[in-house]
Amino acid sequence: MKNEWPLWEIFIRSKSGLSHKHVGSLHATDAEMALENARDLYTRRNEGVSLWVVESKHITASDPNDSDPLFEPAKDKIYRHPTFYNVPDEVTHM
Amino acid sequence: MTSLNLEALFQSKIDEETKIEPKDWMPDAYRKTLIRQISQHAHSEIVGMLPEGNWITRAPSLRRKLILLAKVQDEAGHGLYLYSAAETLGANRDDLVQQLLSGKAKYSSIFNYPTLNWADIGAIGWLVDGAAIMNQVMLTRTSYGPYARAMVRICKEESFHQRQGYEIMIAMAKGSPEQKAMAQDAINRWWWPSLMMFGPKDAESSHSDQALKWKIKRKTNDELRQQFVDVTVPQAEYLGLTVPDPDLRWNEEKGSYDFGEIDWEEFWSVVKGNGPCNKQRLQARNKAYEDGAWVREAASAHAAKKEQRKLEPQLATKAA
Ligand SMILES: [Fe+2]
Ligand SMILES: [Fe+2]
Repeated sequence: MKNEWPLWEIFIRSKSGLSHKHVGSLHATDAEMALENARDLYTRRNEGVSLWVVESKHITASDPNDSDPLFEPAKDKIYRHPTFYNVPDEVTHM
Repeated sequence: MTSLNLEALFQSKIDEETKIEPKDWMPDAYRKTLIRQISQHAHSEIVGMLPEGNWITRAPSLRRKLILLAKVQDEAGHGLYLYSAAETLGANRDDLVQQLLSGKAKYSSIFNYPTLNWADIGAIGWLVDGAAIMNQVMLTRTSYGPYARAMVRICKEESFHQRQGYEIMIAMAKGSPEQKAMAQDAINRWWWPSLMMFGPKDAESSHSDQALKWKIKRKTNDELRQQFVDVTVPQAEYLGLTVPDPDLRWNEEKGSYDFGEIDWEEFWSVVKGNGPCNKQRLQARNKAYEDGAWVREAASAHAAKKEQRKLEPQLATKAA
């Protein structure tokens, strides 16, 4: 339809010390209205101390079909995890 | 991959409880079923504001008015969470809204019954939100990620809805004989329509098997209905009121209630548009949409102007 308002993705920081987390989306004419609507829609019960709004079209997502080639290389590098290494029982604080 | 392999892979993800996310491959029918179900759910939240909105200005105290206002605002929020979940499947918001306004889309039939007096606001919160909660708690575990997440958020808000309704019922049941009679009358009118909210009987429910296999639903209509009866009847007893079902009795053997047959003729008649308020509800939605047209246009024009003003200094520099 002709005049549909753009879609915005909404991210909330639930309290200081935590990162923003995606909560959903909404339509708004511009960023300012997106913030106001996000306040009304997603924080009616003190869910947050900070909001980010990002117009959905600006988000580039990886393709789930590529997730194997994309994430596979990390899978066989078990030496990146501390459990790969044997530390003698006598050695502490490590 | 062939579509047969894709479909097998999809089903194996469902079977091992991996959520399906928006960009994942999914069968067309899964996508369509979800868009239909989620948008109907959204429409129900939106239309559901009307019967209760009817009583905001006539709430018996400021406390009740604030509470009802907050509840109705929550329902608007629920509608919006759900529309945005449907959009992650490729649906278009305006199309969905148009389907509601034209009468093409369905919404829960319960909202086609009238709210005659204040006791109805109590009965709706307790019974109608109570029945919705049964269904929605199940849907927090639905297989489609964005729908499940919207449901978690909604369920957190719903329990306030049910409690405020039950509190109204307690106040009236413990009030004057006239108030108690009003509360009983409200149960009498809302009980059966609330049981109808769970949909047709399993034997007659056309989409049920596939929805269970895809884990869109995890319980059948009849299972949810039974669960609702079992938890709600004792709540009515606490109020000193009764549910209007002469066939209701505790079945020791199965550990749950037996209850009477729903009037399915009434159910289908309301679904088909012949309930007491179907026309009124659609008219109200259409009027709200038309009356809001100038606001939507003004907001778009205002945003365009702001954008223009942001660009103007740059244009001015370029010209100089
Ligand atoms: Fe709701
Ligand atoms: Fe509700």
